[in-house]
Amino acid sequence: MSGKHVLLIEDEPHIAEAIRFILTRAGWEVSLETSGAAALGRIADEGPDAVILDLMLPGRSGLEILTDLRAKPRFADLPVLMLTARGQGRDREAAERAGASAFLAKPFANGDVLACLEAIVARAHSVRSA
Amino acid sequence: MARSALTGTRIRERRTALRMKQADLARAAGISPAYLNLIEHNRRRVGDSLLEQLAQVLGVDPVALSEGAEGVLFDGLREALASAETEGSAQAAGLPELERIEEFVGRFPGWAAVLAGRQARVAALERVVESYSERMAQDPFLLASLHEVLSAVTSLRSTAAILVETEDIEPEWRARFLRTIQDESLRLSDTAEALVGYLDELEEAETGLSSPLEQVEAWLSMRGWHLPELEQPDPPEPETLIEGVAELASGAARKLALAHIARAAEDARALPLAPFAAALLECGSDPARLAQRFGAPMGAVFRRLATLPAGIEGAPPAGLVICDGSGTLTFRRAAPGFTMPRFGAACPLWPLYEALTRPMQPIRTVVDMAGRLPQRFLTYAFCAPRQPAGFEGPVLMEAMMLILPPPPERASGERPVGSSCRICPRADCVGRREPSILSEA
Repeated sequence: MSGKHVLLIEDEPHIAEAIRFILTRAGWEVSLETSGAAALGRIADEGPDAVILDLMLPGRSGLEILTDLRAKPRFADLPVLMLTARGQGRDREAAERAGASAFLAKPFANGDVLACLEAIVARAHSVRSA
Repeated sequence: MARSALTGTRIRERRTALRMKQADLARAAGISPAYLNLIEHNRRRVGDSLLEQLAQVLGVDPVALSEGAEGVLFDGLREALASAETEGSAQAAGLPELERIEEFVGRFPGWAAVLAGRQARVAALERVVESYSERMAQDPFLLASLHEVLSAVTSLRSTAAILVETEDIEPEWRARFLRTIQDESLRLSDTAEALVGYLDELEEAETGLSSPLEQVEAWLSMRGWHLPELEQPDPPEPETLIEGVAELASGAARKLALAHIARAAEDARALPLAPFAAALLECGSDPARLAQRFGAPMGAVFRRLATLPAGIEGAPPAGLVICDGSGTLTFRRAAPGFTMPRFGAACPLWPLYEALTRPMQPIRTVVDMAGRLPQRFLTYAFCAPRQPAGFEGPVLMEAMMLILPPPPERASGERPVGSSCRICPRADCVGRREPSILSEA
């Protein structure tokens, strides 16, 4: 149970399904949220060990969600992997400023999602235990 | 000596006038964009060698950037006055005393510089707004489509990888992922189709007619570019042809239309339709041969070929551009695939402009028009002088270029051209005069 629950916030059903399949096979418990507006509530309710957050969501952008999340002390260190469909430049900067732990541009390789997620969770652990 | 405080402002002004990016100028001058930014806001002084380098990249005399000061300052103030007048705000505040402009600059050089600098900034911002509004037309749709494409590609890639890499995948999962691949492929092809349709429409979109020339073009295109009334032995008064035509909204457009009708009537007399059609069948569409056959001016043959009625045997689909001595296009009939700029000047490599520099010499060139689908065209270009005000009046040059289907075989000497720099994808073209919005995107 330790560090193995991830909440995936993604409105594209097929992408979500693929990510869920990959992470589940790697031993993660994956729950899914498709609405940007409901995202914050889900995070608070479930208290996941990490969040994978799409940047372009209907209702509420991933950046706004992340900014609100980081404003809450309880979630200041929650590992968040940001996904975006818009290349590297400005989105990456904005995601970093908003407090993303890592950033992945679509389209990505399946291995990258898993590696990125494991890396930010491991980093958060080492910071906490240090 | 003391370099004017506005050197940076002038560098910035010149750069934005060239629509050059700050980063590009910085790179060309070997400094960082941040440093150039400080210079452009007059917060760092420019050394002599750097000033020379910047001036060279910007294509101006270093003096014009540094102490051309006074003159530039005066111009800036006059410009500010002129734009205040057009906005009507000068009247409200009482007209500034133009005759005392020197006193103003002499007594309050700092304030004068601020005012002129603000004016330059306003002009630069106006240009930015202009170029943004140009892009706005396409961006929202393109961005949305790009997002669709990336999303579809992302799920295709992930799903395909799962199917390939997971050896022990359960049958129901395999079926599910195969269906995903099917769905996303369809979505991708729909998006691609919508994109293609959108881009095609963009080309045809007539978003409100503006210039008189465009109004005339709209009217002629509605008439199929041919005016059968003029083929009669006793053609009607030109005015009756444009009576109540909605396309010709402005007085200027009606005047242009009348001039076009007069010329077309002349051409019809010199090259009557039936014999001209017969000659076309006999000796092909070589304009020089046709001109010789009828003893008619080359220009008349060009115009006639581009405005024939539909259904004439042996008549190729033809486009035509005409420009005056300044290079300004005065007539445009686009050939499908040969894109003509709606605003501003065309590609400097068009044989049309070569003809302008070699009056009376026929120029036959096969061109390769850049675009999403590059297309070849056979062009005939010719330039002739006119003296409408008599022997001692000014000589007016007029160049024309006829645009016809290409010969089937490629030959050496075919020339790569574009529509106009802003929408041309040929990044390393030697004729480029401003960056393309395509390579930036």
